[in-house]
Amino acid sequence: MIDPKIYNSSDENAWCPGCGNFGILDALKETLHELELHPSNVVIVSGIGQAAKTPHYINCNGFNGLHGRAVPPAAAIKIANKNLKVIIDSGDGDSYGEGGNHLLHNLRRNVDICHFVHDNQIYGLTKGQGSPTTAVGQQTSMQLDGVISEQFNPVAFAVAMHASFVARSFSGDKEHLKEMMKAAINHNGYALLDILQPCVTFNAVNTFKWYKERVYKLDSSYDPYDRVKAFETAQIWGDTIPIGVIYKEDKPSFIDRLKHLEGKEALVDRKWKPSDAEKFLDELK
Amino acid sequence: MDFNILIGGFAGQGMDTLSKMLELILKRKRYYVFSNKDYMSRVRGGHNFIQVRFSDEPVFSHVNELDIIVAMDKNTMDIHRHRLSKRGTLLIDKSISSKEIQTPEEYDFMWEITSLETAKELGNHRVAGTVSLGAILKMLGLEIDEAVIDVLKQAFSGEIFDLNEKALRKGYEMYEQKYHLDKGNFEDSIAINGNQAAALGALAGGLAFYSAYPMTPSTSFMSYLSSKMDEAGIVVEQVEDEIAAINMAIGASYAGVRAMTGTSGGGFSLMTEALGLAGITETPLVVLNVQRPGPATGLPTRTEQSDLSFILTASHGEIPRMVIALKNPEHAFYTMARALNIADKYQMLVIVLSDQYLADITVTIPAFDFSQVEINRHIATEKEADINDYKRYKVTDSGVSPRLIPGQFREALVIADSDEHTEYGHITEAADVRIAQMDKRMRKLDLLKDELEEPAFYGTENPENLIIAWGSTEGPVREAIKRMNDDGKNVAALVFSDISPLPVKLLEKYSKTAKNIINLEMNYTGQLAKFIRQETGIVCNKSVLKYDGGQISPSEIVKRVSEVLS
Repeated sequence: MIDPKIYNSSDENAWCPGCGNFGILDALKETLHELELHPSNVVIVSGIGQAAKTPHYINCNGFNGLHGRAVPPAAAIKIANKNLKVIIDSGDGDSYGEGGNHLLHNLRRNVDICHFVHDNQIYGLTKGQGSPTTAVGQQTSMQLDGVISEQFNPVAFAVAMHASFVARSFSGDKEHLKEMMKAAINHNGYALLDILQPCVTFNAVNTFKWYKERVYKLDSSYDPYDRVKAFETAQIWGDTIPIGVIYKEDKPSFIDRLKHLEGKEALVDRKWKPSDAEKFLDELK
Repeated sequence: MDFNILIGGFAGQGMDTLSKMLELILKRKRYYVFSNKDYMSRVRGGHNFIQVRFSDEPVFSHVNELDIIVAMDKNTMDIHRHRLSKRGTLLIDKSISSKEIQTPEEYDFMWEITSLETAKELGNHRVAGTVSLGAILKMLGLEIDEAVIDVLKQAFSGEIFDLNEKALRKGYEMYEQKYHLDKGNFEDSIAINGNQAAALGALAGGLAFYSAYPMTPSTSFMSYLSSKMDEAGIVVEQVEDEIAAINMAIGASYAGVRAMTGTSGGGFSLMTEALGLAGITETPLVVLNVQRPGPATGLPTRTEQSDLSFILTASHGEIPRMVIALKNPEHAFYTMARALNIADKYQMLVIVLSDQYLADITVTIPAFDFSQVEINRHIATEKEADINDYKRYKVTDSGVSPRLIPGQFREALVIADSDEHTEYGHITEAADVRIAQMDKRMRKLDLLKDELEEPAFYGTENPENLIIAWGSTEGPVREAIKRMNDDGKNVAALVFSDISPLPVKLLEKYSKTAKNIINLEMNYTGQLAKFIRQETGIVCNKSVLKYDGGQISPSEIVKRVSEVLS
């Protein structure tokens, strides 16, 4: 059994007291511990933002890259070394705004990684501007008369894209969040987990109380493989917000589709020799 | 003996197939072959041409003077006939000449052939090119032997092969031999283009992961790798954009495999933020930029060397980097493997510059010697890394820290951060740590300076006139220097491959005594000259610059150098 303290980082934390990120961080550590995933076999990947500081606050391998660019390196890390568990922890601005194109294409690519989006519906690190998931009409430090662009619905988007795994959870319900994290980690393919999270400093609308009053858990009768039902469920947002595994589609992951790598060791474990490529001279003669 | 054939027409007329067969036949007849392409950014129409030069001695460049023009349309004749040598011949199909040329008797250099008519008689107009090929072989006195039939078999199979063989023989029988060539003597050559050679060099160098977005003229580098993906056991991924391409390559490299990305100017512009990511996370990375004329979309299918100034400092902030320009396909092969080793050794960004000219020239060269290629990964051992207190960014005298990869040791975690970071890789804003890390990263360049390759030198020792060039102009410069030296001119050239850090030994040596230093570059602003001046204070007092999209030829160099010196 791994010592649970092994996941603790000694880095000074820069999150505001009461931030929803703490609940997510705790859940993540406990999840890794309960799944017996050793820090050396895990890589936490992020872009830029408050949530994207997660690789510093948990003691695992970490890759804190560029704003909006968490997914590309994460996918490539997994492709290079399939023996690593690769988990993205980044915010809604990073994942849905700056990095939107990568989200779209990695839903298609289906590399076996987890994408945990700390979705507080606001920009934190840049101090309170609207994010893609901020509600229309909500006043922010930048959209003084209220946000005018439509709110992005990541869950419906992912269902429409035939994501292999889409779930939603809430930072204020650790047990549920851990359950979702475990399901995402154990899923073979790209697993998008949108985590509702209050921003105590810059979002006065979507508070802990706001979420607490609205979220409800999908019960065991809910079938995440029912695409029509999933799309319907993904639209529910307002007085009530469903949490749970919303949609699943079993299909081969990116690496499974590379037939020439089937049954082979991870790319990183292969011994490469220049002479391996010498055979390609023949057709040039 | 030195012979130059141009095949021209509009896109979609099958010039590529024809020229490829001709090149391969000449190669199998043991000639030295050099071909280059000039094509427009369109799938149909326009004007495209391919020049195939061959000789019984090594050739390093395309040349302007033409001996045969194969005109598949009138446009080709109008554009290129002034380049035809005295012994030259223009091959044109009767169906074109009879319709479009009023007084054919004026054109005594013209050979009317009936390739289209013959092809139709054979039942398929698409074999007209093969009829022409037969006519060319006959004209050159190159017998249809087993080697020729083999080439045809490589291009066609089954019934289509039978038809093409008939067409070839028909074309061969219909015409007379006009030229008497010396025999070729180049044994055991390979025929390869610049992008293929670079890609094969990367494979020999242990490349395991390549992510890119298709962009002319870099695309064939990627398609070569893609065609070898299964056999080589690598991953080649066409991604959503160049931002993803470079960030994925960095991720794969962080995880421990040799990774690369490649693109052309516009795509490179999109990658710039991540160059800094590779720099600050000290992730080994090789980025290939196959240049084309900019700005913005520029001239998508033409050639230029105009990305150098940009690349020398591309990305905000300051990082150590190496910039290498490829000179020719042979150099490209060995240099890609070297670039991968340097990237690993210094945990550094290496940018390799090529261009459309080099990407698309096909040359015959001796087969690559794979025993000269090494793969040196420089990944630390348990002891070197001090795994119980592992510091990924440990401050060392050389600036190079022990590199581990994630998962390598249970005790040692690997943290990469785009923020300034401590020796452990965690965010910091402490001034002393910032200075220590910045100094450490930049210090790696001092070590690199010891293994730079000096520029190639061609021409008269202690020259009065010194040409400074770089990258793919090497071949044309080399041939131009020979012509000028044969003509008694006191001139030599330094052709740079390693550009940054700048190797200065030969530059300082020859610039001391040269009266004129002439930078010869395929750009408007004289980008290498500016860099040399910045780094050394050495001033190029004359310039030969070209930015019309076409590679400078030896005769153009001779002419323009003599103009600037007069």
